[in-house]
Amino acid sequence: MTHPPSSDTQAMRRGWSDAALAAEVARAIPPRSVVNLGIGLPTQVAEYLDPAACIMIHSENGLLGVEGRPTQATLSPTRINAGKESVDVRLGAAYFDSALSFAMIRGGHVNLAILGGMQVDVEGSLANWSVPGRKLTGMGGAMDLVTGAQAVWVMMRHADRSGAPKLLARCTLPLTGVRVVQRIITELGWFSPNGTHFEALSLAPGVTLCDLGDPALFRGGQALPSASGAASGASDL
Amino acid sequence: MTAERAPAHAPEAVDPECGGPSGSGPFLKVFADAAAALTDLHSGAVVMSGGFGLCGIPECSIAELLRRGVRDLTLISNNIGNRGKGLAQLLKSGQVRHAICSYVGGNPDLEAQFFAGELTLELVPQGTFAERIRAGGAGIRAFFTPTGVGTVVAEGKEVRDFDRPCLLETGLRADFALIKAQRGDAYGNLWFKESARNFSPLMATAATVTVAEVEELVPLGTLPAEDIHCPGIFVQRIYQGSHYENAIEYPILRSP
Repeated sequence: MTHPPSSDTQAMRRGWSDAALAAEVARAIPPRSVVNLGIGLPTQVAEYLDPAACIMIHSENGLLGVEGRPTQATLSPTRINAGKESVDVRLGAAYFDSALSFAMIRGGHVNLAILGGMQVDVEGSLANWSVPGRKLTGMGGAMDLVTGAQAVWVMMRHADRSGAPKLLARCTLPLTGVRVVQRIITELGWFSPNGTHFEALSLAPGVTLCDLGDPALFRGGQALPSASGAASGASDL
Repeated sequence: MTAERAPAHAPEAVDPECGGPSGSGPFLKVFADAAAALTDLHSGAVVMSGGFGLCGIPECSIAELLRRGVRDLTLISNNIGNRGKGLAQLLKSGQVRHAICSYVGGNPDLEAQFFAGELTLELVPQGTFAERIRAGGAGIRAFFTPTGVGTVVAEGKEVRDFDRPCLLETGLRADFALIKAQRGDAYGNLWFKESARNFSPLMATAATVTVAEVEELVPLGTLPAEDIHCPGIFVQRIYQGSHYENAIEYPILRSP
């Protein structure tokens, strides 16, 4: 076993790798957007943004203009993102307190929020903060983000660790928001919840509609099978 | 913690007649250390603590609460510590009765004590959490927000339809706010470094007694008046701390 465990897992998984998924999402974000990236998979999107796109990353702990990672020389314990990871900032960045940070979110000034998810349903409701009796992370800023951001994307794996589907007819876990999600991106493709099912906007290379799970929940979208469908379908946020 | 309480009066907070210790300096706000600044913080107190994860936490004041062993505390803080550090030390020592926070991930002590029934917990969406503190400090008794409609957060709350349904949320206040800034002066004016500001300036407005610890206590006039993040009117006591760990939860460096 010369490969680290993550490589083994990646090789077995169908569709995009984590890195390819992050790059795919990064390409779909319109230039000059203000974007909030959630903890986990969405955070990785920051590594793949084109600097020329001038995208400002909002971090709800009080920072607008996250860009990349520090060197040992520039590492600062007071410069972190909402995942409590060390970050660097770009030219034009600003620091502020938490009330102003959430004024940006709730006030509709943030163009796009990309969050992680435990479950999303066909109505676009999201659950991502609690498994009653077993796991408690708290909602953090997620409920404000899904309420206030101009657009909400969920970036998550297609199934959980036990293989159970995460795109469902109806969420079973405590909700973060009701009918708030416009786009879902998993390693298998881009999806849009439309009330009765998920429309597949585009699929990762080699993935077909049969790979997505319950056939009653998924329909091929108009953009299929063009590979550019995701970007064009997503760019209207 | 009630929104009805009259705003704290800064001079009273340091008046020995009211049981508070008197500080030094022209405004009687400067204290020698955490022990001197927190002598009247009692068991059962409602305490706000600044910081996002471990960033910007009042390390010296937390260490003093641990040393003093005050119990049955209600803590209002975004994370109640993280990875065993910060306020999580007070969880381990069993000093916390009730916690109001927004995010528990990364804090196994809090998750475990909650599931074991050892403390009660109120989870508040982070923006609502910040606004409740801002409101509590600004004399706003309650406000309507769309955040949390249709979720468990809405249970038991008044819902009113404006352009969309909104929840009535009430202001939060505390007996003490413990905050940390990079620099401060004898009037209690504070300047925070980078993203360490987070909830601290809000909490300073919402407590009867706000105790600020600073890495550098600077002479009056050193902080440009235009650049003060928290005006001293909101700070009743200030001291210069020492031996700051300033831990980073996840120090990730640029790939070479």
